Amino acid sequence: MTQQILIAVLVLGALGIIFAEVLYIVAQKFKVVEDPLIDEVAEVLPGANCGGCGKAGCRAFAEACVAQHSLDGLRCAPGGDAVAAKIAELLGCAVEQGEPMVAVVRCNPANCGDKRRSNYDGLRSCAFQNTVYTGESGCPFGCLGCGDCVAACQFDAIHMGPDGVPVVDADKCTACGACAKACPRRIIELRNKGKKERRVYVSCVNKEKGAVAMKTCANACIGCGKCAKVCPMEAITVEGNLSYIDYKKCIACRKCVTECPTGAIKDVGFPAPAVKPAPKAAEAPSAPAAEKVEIPVAEKVEVKQ
Amino acid sequence: MNILNVSGSPHVHSDESTKKIMWRVNMALVPALLCAIAYFGLPALLVSLVSVASCVLFQWLIEKFIMKVPTSIGDGSAVVTGLLLAFNVPATAQMLWIVVIGALVAIGIGKMSFGGLGKNPFNPALVGRVFLLISFPVQMTTWPVAEGLFPMGFDVPTGATPLGAFKEGALGEGVTFMDAFLGHIGGSMGEVSAIAILLGACYLLWKKVISWHIPVAFIGTAFLFSGILWLIDPTAYMDPVMTILTGGIMLGACFMATDMVTSPMAKSGQLIFGFGCGLLTIIIRNWGSYPEGVSFAILIMNSVTPLLNRWFKPTRFAV
Amino acid sequence: MKTFRMGGVHPEENKISNDAAIEVMPVGKQMVVLMNQHLGAPATPVVQKGDKVKVGQLIGEAQAFMCANVHSPVSGTVLKVDTCKDAFGMAKPAVYINVEGDEWMETIDRTPDIKRECTLEPQQIVAKLKEMGIVGLGGATFPTHIKYSIPEGKKAEYLIVNAAECEPYLTSDYRVMMEHAEEVCIGVSILRKALGVPNAYIGIESNKPQAIAKMQEMAKQFEGIVIEPLKVKYPQGAEKQLINAVTGRKVPSGKLPIDVGCVVSNLGSCFAVYEAVQKNKPLIENILTVTGKELPSQHNYIVRIGTTYNEIIKHSIGALPETTGKVISGGTMMGKAVVNLDAPTVKGNSSVLVMGEKEARREPETNCIRCGKCMEACPMGLEPYLFSALVKNGRTEEAREHNILDCIECGCCFFSCPAHKPLTDEIRLGKNRVRAMMAAKK
Repeated sequence: MTQQILIAVLVLGALGIIFAEVLYIVAQKFKVVEDPLIDEVAEVLPGANCGGCGKAGCRAFAEACVAQHSLDGLRCAPGGDAVAAKIAELLGCAVEQGEPMVAVVRCNPANCGDKRRSNYDGLRSCAFQNTVYTGESGCPFGCLGCGDCVAACQFDAIHMGPDGVPVVDADKCTACGACAKACPRRIIELRNKGKKERRVYVSCVNKEKGAVAMKTCANACIGCGKCAKVCPMEAITVEGNLSYIDYKKCIACRKCVTECPTGAIKDVGFPAPAVKPAPKAAEAPSAPAAEKVEIPVAEKVEVKQ
Repeated sequence: MNILNVSGSPHVHSDESTKKIMWRVNMALVPALLCAIAYFGLPALLVSLVSVASCVLFQWLIEKFIMKVPTSIGDGSAVVTGLLLAFNVPATAQMLWIVVIGALVAIGIGKMSFGGLGKNPFNPALVGRVFLLISFPVQMTTWPVAEGLFPMGFDVPTGATPLGAFKEGALGEGVTFMDAFLGHIGGSMGEVSAIAILLGACYLLWKKVISWHIPVAFIGTAFLFSGILWLIDPTAYMDPVMTILTGGIMLGACFMATDMVTSPMAKSGQLIFGFGCGLLTIIIRNWGSYPEGVSFAILIMNSVTPLLNRWFKPTRFAV
Repeated sequence: MKTFRMGGVHPEENKISNDAAIEVMPVGKQMVVLMNQHLGAPATPVVQKGDKVKVGQLIGEAQAFMCANVHSPVSGTVLKVDTCKDAFGMAKPAVYINVEGDEWMETIDRTPDIKRECTLEPQQIVAKLKEMGIVGLGGATFPTHIKYSIPEGKKAEYLIVNAAECEPYLTSDYRVMMEHAEEVCIGVSILRKALGVPNAYIGIESNKPQAIAKMQEMAKQFEGIVIEPLKVKYPQGAEKQLINAVTGRKVPSGKLPIDVGCVVSNLGSCFAVYEAVQKNKPLIENILTVTGKELPSQHNYIVRIGTTYNEIIKHSIGALPETTGKVISGGTMMGKAVVNLDAPTVKGNSSVLVMGEKEARREPETNCIRCGKCMEACPMGLEPYLFSALVKNGRTEEAREHNILDCIECGCCFFSCPAHKPLTDEIRLGKNRVRAMMAAKK
């Protein structure tokens, strides 16, 4: 009995030593010399491998950072400024403060749900449906509702809303841009979060002529240009029957929201719905209301016509 | 105005469905079931009922409470598993509770843990059967012997299967080819009657649920290989006709190896699959510690199915 | 009986409009003529608002290589040159014409006489096809003149005419054979001359015995026309499959029929070629089947291109039945589901097929049970189940390695799938991704 135990211990022990030697030699011989900084940078990254930076994953991003030894042209959207600062510290370089961004879905579902003209019965994929026809709403620019963006999101930040158009959870959204890339109709755009999370944007990408667009959707942008006229910052441009608000110039005064005849312009994060200002006491009613709320909740406040 | 449906082409379907396929397999198992009841009486019926009921129940419970998906028991696949599991155990009263455990393993581990029908790498009924064989070796090898038709009562005489007897050194004396063909031999419920199984298999072939490749390759290989061995030494090895008629080769080749989910897709791959099954069965029977090797052979070949799918591609139209 | 070498399915034939003779659909009040009615770039409008046009007058000129001329199907005044939503709701450039009278171009021979002799040289024939805006009427609307301009170094040996009409429901080709057998044979002879090949083979599925008899009778009067009865199997009319069935040759992966010395034309195109070359009549009409199990009557029509679906439905059956679930342009296997019934018909439309609500709905998808029926059905010997998984997981490169681009989108895989997986849809998506990937690599 003792002898058997002894043999087993010796055999296994010898095997262990031999394999350990082999492992050691192989590890030494095929050692990959790598900048330890890459590991450190990779450590501070979120590790979601979302691909929002344009690299294959977080490690590839870290390699790129270390290779050029700066953060020029490289930004980890999910990590935001905090991560950028940490990387900058590790690399010992300067960092530009970026503005926090969020994905915005530019399609207005309010009125097209019940005006459905067809029933899509094929593969649940926007990319495929886009090659078949306009989609259930009949709008050749509108949301197809199969959720390619939802599938693309690594952060559980975008979900199909009750009316078949996705809704972004601004708290979870890291602005990696995966959803915007996945959307075959380029409806999703990355815009700045705005002061106090308040944003104003044109919730439509329809470039058809006004009358044609109105036929399919009552909330379509008809390119009338009223918003551009009323904007005090000249932030709004109308091109190809479609108006666009430059978020870098927009001050979220919401004059365009009340001016828009179709309700295509949306305001998000405001405590009270926009009210068309009386001719003289402009903005008076909404300004004090806004001050009462300290942290505005990112809620969807829809404009009813 | 009508709301029109829109989809990519094609706009028609052959009306073939998983449900239809599964219920056809169930139909094909009926002759063997009737034979089992005829030979082994009430226990056979009860074991089958318990097995099917518990398979369906376990699938429903797992889908409803663990996976939280819409239940799919209506597609008949759990019934197939239940029947095949019952066919693989001896028809004795003591199996009634053991087969429930088998059903839990077959459905729970064999099928649902991989994600349900279509995703299991191994034939669920065989997973259940092998689990039982290893866990309850005595009960699983206490074979009732059919004596006359429709025996009533539970104390059916037991005895060895021809394969078991052969393993013990008795060359299956007294068992004629006709006995084996019709099923007058000891064995598990579904495997005894070759004719009933062939009847079911013909129905499946006619309905195009299975193709001839796997059964023919399986039985053919077993026949050839055992024939070669028999020619070398007729005293040590069983004769080839008896080899394919006894034990689970018929049942395995026609119903278990042909399981769509766990067998290769391409016809060439199916031939290799059948060949492997036949070869392994004979190897296990002659040189393994168990008298029967069909279940193990099929499970081993199941495990190489993905590889066969990768290696054996259909012939392309033109390269 | 000849057929292609592998795969294929046999859907219910449903040729219920077989016995309806071709009627002439009256012209509406306004016509909208789309500028891209063919594969390739849209034609450039050459008329302006207020212009008077005659039937057969050129209104859209082919300026790109892959393009075809578009002619006015009616006479009247151009209302505007604008965009119009096509049958799938997508805006396309179009010419709107207010119909006034029915004045044809003088060059068009409208007499009922059949003209057999063709004195044109091969190049002149091809030029004529280009001038008359002839496109393939089998569904792909490939500009015919490009197909018949054989590239340098290639040689055509066979002309194969696709009269298989393997698609369920469609009967327009059958009616053309029954009523215009002679014209079709003249058209085939012209194309044969254009290619300079000794023999032309007309492949007809054996479920049309009357058409086969009629065409065989007619072909005796012509030199070098062989009628080839084919087994009833879908997709017999697919280009590669038809070549394989008739000649036994196999078009290799990524190659064109001309690489194995074959040119395939649709039967309807041959009729259009006859009219274009012998009668100077541009492609301004479609022969179109109006059919469906739930319709009160079945029809075959000659319809001016630009007539809207609604006009066709109104004239033929009054209105769509209450139970309509789907309207398809083309057959049930490869046709396209139409959503905008106000859209004008275009070249190559072969049917208005109305399906009932129940028939039109797809069953919910379930797990793949790896039965291999898709592989058995695939006429190209591919693995649709594998593509499904690869596309779902975004493994585009592997899909390409497994030759996803060989897929001809015949739909046999979805048709035979017991799990009702939208395999054909997934493969199309995969093909698009593979093409995008290859374009990005370049």
